[in-house]
Amino acid sequence: MWMLEIPPFVPFFISALIALATRGFLRAVIMTIIPVISMLQLWTVPEGIHLQFTFLSFELLPYRVDKLSLMFGYIFHIAAFIAIIYSLHVRDTSQQVAAMMYAGSGLGAVFAGDLITLFVFWELLAFTSVFLILARRTRRSYAAAMRYLIIQVLSGVLLLIGAVFYFADNATLEFTYLGLDGIAGWLIFIAFGIKCAFPLAHNWLTDAYPEATVTGTVFLSAFTTKVAVYALARGYPGTELLVYIGAVMTCFPIFFAVIENDLRRVLAYSLINQLGFMVVGIGIGTALAINGAVSHAFNDVIFKGLLFMSMGAVLHKTGRINGSELGGLYKSMPKTTVLCMVGAASISAFPLFNGFVSKSMVMSAALENGYDWIWLILLFASAGVFHHAGIKIPYFAFFAHDSGIRTSDPSNNMIMAMLIAAGLCIAIGIYPAALYSLLPYETGYNPYDATHVLAQTQLLFFSALAFVWLNLRGIYPPERPSTNLDFDWVYRRFFPTILRSIFATIWKMDKKLRQRVINKIESNFVFMSKKYSLLTDLLLRGYPLGSMVLWLVVVLSCYLFLSVIY
Amino acid sequence: MESKKKHIFDEVKNVKRLLNCLYVCCALLLILDFVIHRHVSHHWERLWAFYPIYGFLGCVALVLVASWMRRFLMRGQDYYNDEGIDYKPKSKGERQDLSQHRAKEEGHDVDA
Repeated sequence: MWMLEIPPFVPFFISALIALATRGFLRAVIMTIIPVISMLQLWTVPEGIHLQFTFLSFELLPYRVDKLSLMFGYIFHIAAFIAIIYSLHVRDTSQQVAAMMYAGSGLGAVFAGDLITLFVFWELLAFTSVFLILARRTRRSYAAAMRYLIIQVLSGVLLLIGAVFYFADNATLEFTYLGLDGIAGWLIFIAFGIKCAFPLAHNWLTDAYPEATVTGTVFLSAFTTKVAVYALARGYPGTELLVYIGAVMTCFPIFFAVIENDLRRVLAYSLINQLGFMVVGIGIGTALAINGAVSHAFNDVIFKGLLFMSMGAVLHKTGRINGSELGGLYKSMPKTTVLCMVGAASISAFPLFNGFVSKSMVMSAALENGYDWIWLILLFASAGVFHHAGIKIPYFAFFAHDSGIRTSDPSNNMIMAMLIAAGLCIAIGIYPAALYSLLPYETGYNPYDATHVLAQTQLLFFSALAFVWLNLRGIYPPERPSTNLDFDWVYRRFFPTILRSIFATIWKMDKKLRQRVINKIESNFVFMSKKYSLLTDLLLRGYPLGSMVLWLVVVLSCYLFLSVIY
Repeated sequence: MESKKKHIFDEVKNVKRLLNCLYVCCALLLILDFVIHRHVSHHWERLWAFYPIYGFLGCVALVLVASWMRRFLMRGQDYYNDEGIDYKPKSKGERQDLSQHRAKEEGHDVDA
């Protein structure tokens, strides 16, 4: 059984190498087959530690399998498979290689059994994914990619320092429950938090994801943040602080999403909001809540991927992504419209779609554990999600006013990828038992009881009613070409401005100071030259060349004279 | 040819139909509140039509607050576009080069 020894990131890294060397049909076949083979192999792997060695007296566990990591392993394979099919038409080798490496890094991170291995893949996630943003090849994407890389690497550095402290405290590097006691716990917590887009550390996501390529964003939406969710679920389950952080994460992005014009940025805000639900679940930390968080991560990868794919199709076919420039596309992109609406229904947690079977677990857990206010906030956030991701995205892209754009549905591989994702959304929604069987805990939870279904349906229908009413009354904010300030204003505008003025002052003072010194020296020279003007006259002023030759002759003759003496 | 074709929502009648559908569904859901006995775990859930009212008011509040946020958060589309390159072209030729370069950047040359 030598197959067991191979961690799932290896086939992906190998296929990245192959993708580098091959082109066209062959590359497409290899890239499609790899996740399938790897998935089949993962299916047969029993739980336990499969790879272990000692490196510089550290115990490393590069390949450890349990229920939690398997769950993320499966979804990363599915996500990679869908995104690869979606990007088969791309002729950009750097993107294809980066995408395979990125998917592999995500898999490496969730099966890492120790903090050093986790750190390595943590950084690889950043270094491979940045190429998917750079591949857009615009000045904006370049700037966004650099900001993204700096923040991601900062997260990795914090993780490494935290791991060092952790080793000093516990003499082990095994990645298990960490908890918030001691400096190591906090450092690693912040590192995970940055990657999980905690409030105030969230702007790398809304900044970079909409600037990536059409296909790159689909990959990006699947891995980085979900690795962070996995890491939090492994290291900090039941940490109460996470409940409040998560509640804030569910709430604040929906306000930004309502007024944002770039539809992929709306989805990026929506992604933070969905992460909030997962973070709340991890914070509550009971079996039901952890199950809810993990299954919601699983579902989110699928429906968020589907939404990003449908918006990618719009951008790919029309060259536009701003709500103010789109509208009426259902006439020329009917398939994309229907598939986008499946994604919208899933993210809004309509009964019979996959969002419903996982989100309701977190909500139930919040109520059961006495977090009443948090439950109310989550309920508000659920209505808000429906508002921006469920209605706004399809409405402004495909309906609303007719923008006059006439195009067609995207190529077959893109439609195929969206179909697979949409099929999974509905299949998991109708038959959640399949998903529940993979979960870390047995809870016997049933989402389809009359109370849940009725409550959720009422909430959603009346949110839709609110949207209609606001629109008919003309209160709904129209889509405008704009930039909305967010926390990134602090490091993109405020600090640079402050630093620029500080440096301008420093340069001015520096210039003055040097001018002063130069003036001093000059005045000294003038003084000296006046004093010795007679000598100067003799040596320089009148006959500069002559005097130089004269002195040369004098020096040489002295030299000659001395050499004769000796 | 394509633009001549009538589509489903070009008819005002069809939009009306869809909206009426929505209103009927909402009314039905309210009536179901009386029919279905729910096992509640929170005292607010006992209030009549708690979920519909909360959903409706929550969304209206969300949109009103977001519109109000626009007043101090909204900036022009090119607000951050001066990042990185503070370059002012000196000659006419350079100006042309730069404008061509900008035009190329603003095109959606993705997946080329």
